[in-house]
Amino acid sequence: MLEVKNLVKRYGSKYAVNDISFTVERGEILGFLGPNGAGKTTTMNIITGYLSSAEGTVNIDGHEILEDPIAAKSCIGYLPEQPPLYMDMTVKEYLNFVYELKKVKLPRQKHIEEICKTVKIDHVYNRLIRNLSKGYKQRVGVAQALLGSPELLILDEPTVGLDPKQIIEIRNLIKELGKNHTVILSSHILPEVQAICERVIVINEGKIIADDTPDHLSRAMSSESGLAVRLEGPVTEVNNALRALPNVHSCNPLGEREKGVFEYLVEPENSADIRRDVFRLAAEKSWPILSMKSTEMSLEEIFLKLTSGEYLAPVKEAPAPAVSDKSAKKPSKSPAPDDVSAEPAAAVEPAKKSTEGSEE
Amino acid sequence: MSAIFKREFNAYFSSPIGYVFIAMFYCLSGFFFFLYNLAASSSELRYVYSMLFTCSALLMPILTMRMLSEDKRQKTDQVLLTAPIGLFGLLMGKFLAALLVYVIAVSITLAYALVLSVFVSLNWAVIISSYFGILLLGAALIAVGMFISSLTESQLVAAIVSVVVDVALLLVDSLASVMPTTSLQNLVMGLSMSDHYGNFTMGILDFADAFFFLSIIALFIFLTSRILEKRRWS
Repeated sequence: MLEVKNLVKRYGSKYAVNDISFTVERGEILGFLGPNGAGKTTTMNIITGYLSSAEGTVNIDGHEILEDPIAAKSCIGYLPEQPPLYMDMTVKEYLNFVYELKKVKLPRQKHIEEICKTVKIDHVYNRLIRNLSKGYKQRVGVAQALLGSPELLILDEPTVGLDPKQIIEIRNLIKELGKNHTVILSSHILPEVQAICERVIVINEGKIIADDTPDHLSRAMSSESGLAVRLEGPVTEVNNALRALPNVHSCNPLGEREKGVFEYLVEPENSADIRRDVFRLAAEKSWPILSMKSTEMSLEEIFLKLTSGEYLAPVKEAPAPAVSDKSAKKPSKSPAPDDVSAEPAAAVEPAKKSTEGSEE
Repeated sequence: MSAIFKREFNAYFSSPIGYVFIAMFYCLSGFFFFLYNLAASSSELRYVYSMLFTCSALLMPILTMRMLSEDKRQKTDQVLLTAPIGLFGLLMGKFLAALLVYVIAVSITLAYALVLSVFVSLNWAVIISSYFGILLLGAALIAVGMFISSLTESQLVAAIVSVVVDVALLLVDSLASVMPTTSLQNLVMGLSMSDHYGNFTMGILDFADAFFFLSIIALFIFLTSRILEKRRWS
């Protein structure tokens, strides 16, 4: 469906996009993840033909964007970061304008009505776009992208600036659209990508640093993390005892969770299973274990790890085969802030709070 | 192209811009009609037609200032440039929409001719020739204004630069008199819009004059498309 090869885009001497290649199969929902300024929008703008790349090719359904831009563009529905709306038009006028602009062949009235129903803007159909709220403007932007039922939908941060209810609605909408369209969406909000996408490409400083399923990514990374244990007992003593266990690489108290109960992050050596040892130790000393979980990393931590350059995941051309694991399909709820590994935890918590806040 | 043409044309009238332009045009041209015909009791419309250059030069920036700058600023150029249409179609749509508004504004001068025709028999051939000139002149000024508007995101900057450029174009032939050699004088006169336009108002339909305006239109539409294209690459 989409084949991007060795894209390079420079602004002056700075690389906005540096040698990005990937392919997207028909029907896939691909998430583009990266911090602000990573090159997501630039890449999308190049794919849609709004910008040109210095090097590299973009092939959409057999059409090169540079050789045959009109055919290539007619396969794409694009929602830019800021929806390209004419404020002086009503929703009706605008959608009819885009309908004609894109030279859509489908029956006009029916097609536009259907789209309005899908994105739930039918009741604002005759209102001026200027007077719509941000969420509705965003939806009109999505409607605009959907006109003509393009094979490939490219959505640049589709949920930015929406209220939590709208975010959930747009996410559900995208999932729904993913059934009939190929979707690429970008985001810097991780749970969003985790919730919607089957495959994630992480971009940082113009380069792809990971390309995998969200689940695979978190699995690949979680081998490096440890065990979060809540024990009731004197903190230094417990800490030293845990540290003295065989195969334990390090142990650090994460903080007091209840009165007299501390949480410790125990990192094993070589991914050894140390749960039984911890249990025996606690039983021996009669320190009640109040909880014990392995710290599977959320996409947030993976993201932070990836973008801080601590880890280099093997970059794959195609998505890895799906794993028969229940958690693979489910949008795995990111673990509570207090059972994450020590160092990233501090950095992640504020970010997490903000995203959680916007989710609920 | 037709989609953009329709949108742009409607946009002139969904905002005050189209009305302001037409009203101002009526005022200015009406003033000259009063001055040269009604007050002077003359049936010679040529002066009014030649003053239309001044009117157009002063007012055209109202039409052209937002042609491309606004799209760039509001990011609506993203829907235009990622739509399956060529750059030429896009520019022609905008160009023709502005031209149609201009034609609507200019058509008021037909009323002046009709008023005069009640009292005297007019030479309609000359008047028709003048309208050819007005159309070509307006189209050329729109092309220049569109080019200027493609250079900036700010309507205000586009408007100010366009006024200055249009007035400069108006005054080119006054430069001719101070040129040291005849060949330079001829060159400057050859580039003077008012000189070429003047021929039309005198009833001289010269292909060279038409070609002059048509080349300006083509040149500036081409340059505008290059500016848009260059923006993709930088």
